[in-house]
Amino acid sequence: MSFLELIPDWLLIHGPAFLMALPLIMAAITAILPNKRVAWASTFIVTAILTLTAFSIALYNAEVGSTLYKMGGWAPPHGISLVIDALNAPVIVLIAVMAFITVIYAMPATIAEIKPNKRAPFYAAFLLSIAGLLGMVVSGDAFNVFVFLEVSSISTYVLVAMGAARDRRALSAAYNYLILGSIGATFFVIGVGFLYMETGTLNMADMARILADMDGGSRVSKIAFGFIVIGLGLKLAMFPLHAWLPGAYAYAPTPVTAFLASTATKAALYLLLRFTFFVFDPSYTYVADVLMFVLVGLGVIGMLFASLQAIFQTDVRRMLAFSSVAQVGYMLLGVGIATTASVAAGYLHLLNHAVIKGGLFLALGAMWYRFGITRTQDFQGLGQTMPWTMGAFTILGLSLVGVPFTAGFVSKINLAEAAADAGWWWAVGIIMLTSILALIYIGRVLLMAYFQSPPEVNGNVVDRNEAPLMMLFPMWVLAIASVVIGVEAGVMVDAATRAAELLLGTG
Amino acid sequence: MIEQVPLLAEINPGLWVILAGLICTLLPIGHARKAFVIAAPIFAGFLIFQINGLNPGAHFGGRLNFGPVELTTLRIDKLSVVWGYLFCLAGIINGIYALHEKCRMTDSSALIYTGAAIAGVLSGDMITLFIMWELTAISSVFLIWKGGDHAYAAGVRYLAIHVLSGVMLLAGAIMFAQANGGDFMFNEIGLDSPGGWLMLLAMGIKVGFPGLHMWMQDAYPKASITGTVILASFTTKFAVYALARGFAGEEILIWVGAIMTCFPVFFAVVENDLRRVLAYSLNNQLGFMVCGIGIGSALALNGVVGQVFVHVIFKGLLFMSIGAVMYRTGTAKASELGGLFRSMPYTAVFCLIGAASIAAVPLFAAFVTKAMILAAAVYDHHYIPFLMMLFASAGVMEHSGIKVPHFTFFAHDSGRRVKEAPWNMLTAMGIATFFCIYLAWPVGGYQNLYALMPYELDKAYVPYTIDHVVFQMQLLFAAIFAFTLLKRFKLYPAERRAEILDLDWTYRKMGLGIASWASAMWDRLSVQTGRLKTRVLGAAGRRLYQTFSPAGAASEATPSGLAAIMTAGLLFVVLMFEYFAK
Repeated sequence: MSFLELIPDWLLIHGPAFLMALPLIMAAITAILPNKRVAWASTFIVTAILTLTAFSIALYNAEVGSTLYKMGGWAPPHGISLVIDALNAPVIVLIAVMAFITVIYAMPATIAEIKPNKRAPFYAAFLLSIAGLLGMVVSGDAFNVFVFLEVSSISTYVLVAMGAARDRRALSAAYNYLILGSIGATFFVIGVGFLYMETGTLNMADMARILADMDGGSRVSKIAFGFIVIGLGLKLAMFPLHAWLPGAYAYAPTPVTAFLASTATKAALYLLLRFTFFVFDPSYTYVADVLMFVLVGLGVIGMLFASLQAIFQTDVRRMLAFSSVAQVGYMLLGVGIATTASVAAGYLHLLNHAVIKGGLFLALGAMWYRFGITRTQDFQGLGQTMPWTMGAFTILGLSLVGVPFTAGFVSKINLAEAAADAGWWWAVGIIMLTSILALIYIGRVLLMAYFQSPPEVNGNVVDRNEAPLMMLFPMWVLAIASVVIGVEAGVMVDAATRAAELLLGTG
Repeated sequence: MIEQVPLLAEINPGLWVILAGLICTLLPIGHARKAFVIAAPIFAGFLIFQINGLNPGAHFGGRLNFGPVELTTLRIDKLSVVWGYLFCLAGIINGIYALHEKCRMTDSSALIYTGAAIAGVLSGDMITLFIMWELTAISSVFLIWKGGDHAYAAGVRYLAIHVLSGVMLLAGAIMFAQANGGDFMFNEIGLDSPGGWLMLLAMGIKVGFPGLHMWMQDAYPKASITGTVILASFTTKFAVYALARGFAGEEILIWVGAIMTCFPVFFAVVENDLRRVLAYSLNNQLGFMVCGIGIGSALALNGVVGQVFVHVIFKGLLFMSIGAVMYRTGTAKASELGGLFRSMPYTAVFCLIGAASIAAVPLFAAFVTKAMILAAAVYDHHYIPFLMMLFASAGVMEHSGIKVPHFTFFAHDSGRRVKEAPWNMLTAMGIATFFCIYLAWPVGGYQNLYALMPYELDKAYVPYTIDHVVFQMQLLFAAIFAFTLLKRFKLYPAERRAEILDLDWTYRKMGLGIASWASAMWDRLSVQTGRLKTRVLGAAGRRLYQTFSPAGAASEATPSGLAAIMTAGLLFVVLMFEYFAK
């Protein structure tokens, strides 16, 4: 562990607090920075430090196991606690890395998409969103989860609305997102309130202990569970509560879309895992029933419906947005089967899909940046005009479909195996079917890009016009990552298995 | 070398040859390609030697896991190593023989084909075996297509039959592995399970069981000159390996093999196309091997291994000599050849030696090995198969030993005066000739062949006893005598220009009739179904579009109010579930 020796001890110990404090403070400072270039630089440095911190925390966690950080030295259940364990360490790394990558990309992208006087606030909101996401992941306290959920959500509404400079429809999308997101957050906080009523504590570990003593608790905790599932379901775009998602993804500025797609829904899904398996427990019949019938049922319907919808989209970003809804279905399926292997597979898909979808949206952004492409038919000849961008898009697209030696294949095959082991053969069939649907909607675009010649403008064939290096670099990092995960899946699978074992108490 | 690079011991040497073939597909320089064609089999042979030296007798490597299936892509043991060496040697000889031919397609497909055969016999599990099984078929069909326009249909038939064989092999392998707890290692299969029967049938197609043999006589004579030589070396011998590995000692193979030795004799005697004669004789030789595998004793299996080894060499020699003749004269029809010994003396000598080898004349290749199989049949009291094989041996003498050289180089003078074969063909034939004699030489010759044989014998078989030599000579002279007598009294079927159809009639004539009738019916039917199909598919597509497209019902922008009501509804559903949860 030579890497850990390089990290000062205080960072390892106070890292969890540092993770959310740093972006919070820097957001305030960034907002008033006069120069947009300085704003970018400060965001860049902050995210770089966050990435480093997240990595060292994750490594430290792998070495010493779960750690509990007491805010201000106050011990739970009275004080606020931050928890790092096998479940949230990978998500922290994911959020930090995706933030870092999108910030690099944001440099050229914001110049094209955000008005100059809005750029410093843009970076501030971005930092706030990071702080909120990291906060809700590390927090060990249910109410603080809500607080950070709101911090991240409100900053995200702002970020989505900033897409108005490019497309006015961003405003209505942001409004829609605001209303529905608030409903989701409200449902969540109502659920937490009921839980507090039942257990008399807000600390999640305490709640879990007391609920277990009460053997699942009374009707109050049932209602609490219902509200929490629906609230988080809205946040993670569970079908049919995904109405806010396609608009928000399609019209937000590109870096925001990529960041949202790879982190926001994932953090909400992390919370769902935390609540269903950690605070509550699938051994309570009402939890088991909801998992089995609601999450799996909606997950599978979502996989099919959203995939079909993606096939018919004419706007590429909306297509990928619907595909995200479908992919959430895979994760819910994994959660719903509720065996160690299936939860691990769902968790793995959460991480892999973040990498894949983030990269795809980055590639789409680069295409818009150069050629203003938003529709599928504009893809014709992109294989020649933007070969590198299209190359990354192809790799990531195939990974989304689940071609062997890509990240998508690893998680899908693990999920299919877990379903088969549990005897859910019909689910294996659904996974195959939706993979074929994914092949159709991705293949449609790829065919257009590689087998049609570039369009002509005023009688001249469009020249090659590759995206700038600062856009290519982030998307290729993700494309290569998805292949590396596909070839050498061991580390990721181990991390996912450890998380699942922690959740199901089988480790 | 292998010590420095341990990875080499994990990679199937055949894959290097395939890689060389792939490079050749892109290489526009003829000389460089030829260098690959010669060097790749030498390199592979060298690697096999090195790897075999690491763990003599049983080397396993290249293990890959695909989910629950473990593949062992490399196995070099006492049985497979013989085939490995043999195929490398054959690859080198074939490469030299084809040196004059400037054709990228031949070079690359020959290399891929050779490599697939090497990789196939050195594979340890049934999945790799299947992949190589199909690859040999797919890569070799190009060699047939190089034979010209008239070879196209034969190539398609060849490909169809072999792909079918591969599919049957895979199906059988999966059934067999499933019955054995998911173990895909390719070892003794046996006929206790339906999977075993399916695999036997797949191998039967490739080795040319009676009734399943038609592709061989159909395709081989139509391939290009070098193509036939290359084709005759690998496919069937690969299948013999698979049979020896999976079905040694299965009683049914004795009879199948015995019949297989006999029936081609009749066809070969009346056939006019000499390459087709050789294809029948190839079929007959394979019969001896199948029969030996069926007997299954150590002596018989050693005989089979030895027979395979020398067979590839002398059969190749015969095909090469006829190929050389065809290269110079443009035909291989017995009715149009004759008297060529004047203009192609070296080729004539090589052909005679090849003929002597196949006929098992003492001091020539098959004398030792064929005798082992026959002796094994007698030791195990299989007298009727023994007699059938004896008859077939005489038949071999008749059609390959006498007919082929006689009608080509002697008989009535056709008046053709051509040049001697090119130097590279002569070199290749010379190498083969050397092995034909060396591997049967009584002192220090056949003992080397024995050293390769995989099974331990209590007492090594001694071929050169007075009894055996005398018996064999009598048999051969009787055959020669019969031939002379028949020729003398003009009873021997005259060489006629005709194409003889045997069982391939079933698909070349009857099958064609059925196919054309069916296609006419299908045309009529498809007009009707087409109309129905467009209507149904159109309706389904429209329905899907109406639901899911951006303009469709599912994509209507959900107002936030409606979405909020939906959220509440869903909450209600969840609460109901919880309320009624037991």
